Amino acid sequence: MGEEKEEKFKTITIPASLFKKIEERIKGTEFTSVASYVTYVLREVVEEEEEEVPFSEEDEEKVKERLKALGYLD
Amino acid sequence: MPLPKPHGGRLVNRTLSCERREAAEKEAKELPRLKLREELLSDLRNIAHGIYSPLEGFLCQDDFENVLFEKRLADDTPWTIPIILDISHEERERLELQEGDTLTLCDGSGREIALMHVESIYSYNKEEFAEKVFLTTDKAHPGVAKVYELGELLLGGEIEMFGEVEPPFSRFYLRPVETRVLFKERGWRTVAGFQTRNVPHLGHEYVQKTALTFVDGIFINPVIGKKKSGDFKDEVILAAYETLLCNYYLKENAVMSILPMEMRYAGPREAIHHAIIRKNFGCTHFIVGRDHAGVGSYYSPYAAQEIFSEFPDLGIVPVFFKSFFYCRKCMTVVNEKICPHGEEFRISFSGTKIREMLLRGEVPPPEIMRPEVAEVVKRWENPFVS
Repeated sequence: MGEEKEEKFKTITIPASLFKKIEERIKGTEFTSVASYVTYVLREVVEEEEEEVPFSEEDEEKVKERLKALGYLD
Repeated sequence: MPLPKPHGGRLVNRTLSCERREAAEKEAKELPRLKLREELLSDLRNIAHGIYSPLEGFLCQDDFENVLFEKRLADDTPWTIPIILDISHEERERLELQEGDTLTLCDGSGREIALMHVESIYSYNKEEFAEKVFLTTDKAHPGVAKVYELGELLLGGEIEMFGEVEPPFSRFYLRPVETRVLFKERGWRTVAGFQTRNVPHLGHEYVQKTALTFVDGIFINPVIGKKKSGDFKDEVILAAYETLLCNYYLKENAVMSILPMEMRYAGPREAIHHAIIRKNFGCTHFIVGRDHAGVGSYYSPYAAQEIFSEFPDLGIVPVFFKSFFYCRKCMTVVNEKICPHGEEFRISFSGTKIREMLLRGEVPPPEIMRPEVAEVVKRWENPFVS
């Protein structure tokens, strides 16, 4: 069972010069390691590229109607 | 600055479309049924409506353990409060429940609300749970006491909601998909979320308005639901805020809607949870004051602010405030950073003091509470949860 279980983390390699630049960049920030910073940046990039479930104009109009009915929009 | 993406990158929607709903309702009638307590129904609705994005169901074991020990989901996304569905051994036997089964979740009256695809059934250590989440195993802590009342097993897995779980005070209830449209329509690019479980005093108003000097809008989001004895009743909080907003705020830059959810009183961990929820609603900033989501003296006054340093990847900007007081010399609301005068001039916004005054039938002075708000609160013989 244990062997079948997917590993939680994988190792990737980045150029040493880039690693050093990131090390410098995170000094004085709340990122405690290059790995946590790189994970954060990559997650942002991946999420940015992921497609949102389409929210049609019709859906948005329905939402606006409810907001108007409740007095949140004029 | 655009409104932030939902936590995890995508706003979750686990409510079924009309086409799928009919089939699910039919299926639900044939499946084992589990009745949910009121606070679990709130969690279910919060998952389904994306308030808890990226959760798509109750936590499975790997996520649960990661949240407990790392304050993150198994995929490393920040998450601090376990959203769990508990069950007793007896209940599991009665339902003959196995991993891989589908379960019908019902409300207190037995009405079918949702399907749950049970991926994980697991036991857990209550003491460890309490220690990690609440930083204490003292059963006098309301959150810890609750943990010890839970069933011995937890069920994890995705849910699909087909029945509406009408929240109380539903005219004040907005889903993240709705607040995001609302903020866009108002033209807000920056929004500060304000969490509350109190009627507003001048200190709250000052914090909100200070935030409003650098953001486009304030989103006041009172938690409605099960609270501890001595907290203000939900209806009192809402009536008090309606009055305050009507009399002292510009309509175009303030919005109030409710968050139906049980308070856990987990202090620092709950502050992160509250911030994530407001990020999902579309807030760019989240206000964290003194002893946020605390109870008694279990947490140091600013522990709920300090924990944010562990989450540089949270995706919402915390805004920290020291506690405010009224200074008779300054003749305004101030804090120790900006007021040079001594203790003898200070009137504190102590919740206990306000509570005692109200219980004695006294009206808090205007230096503490707006007279209109105090009048509203006084309409209730007992404005507090018994």
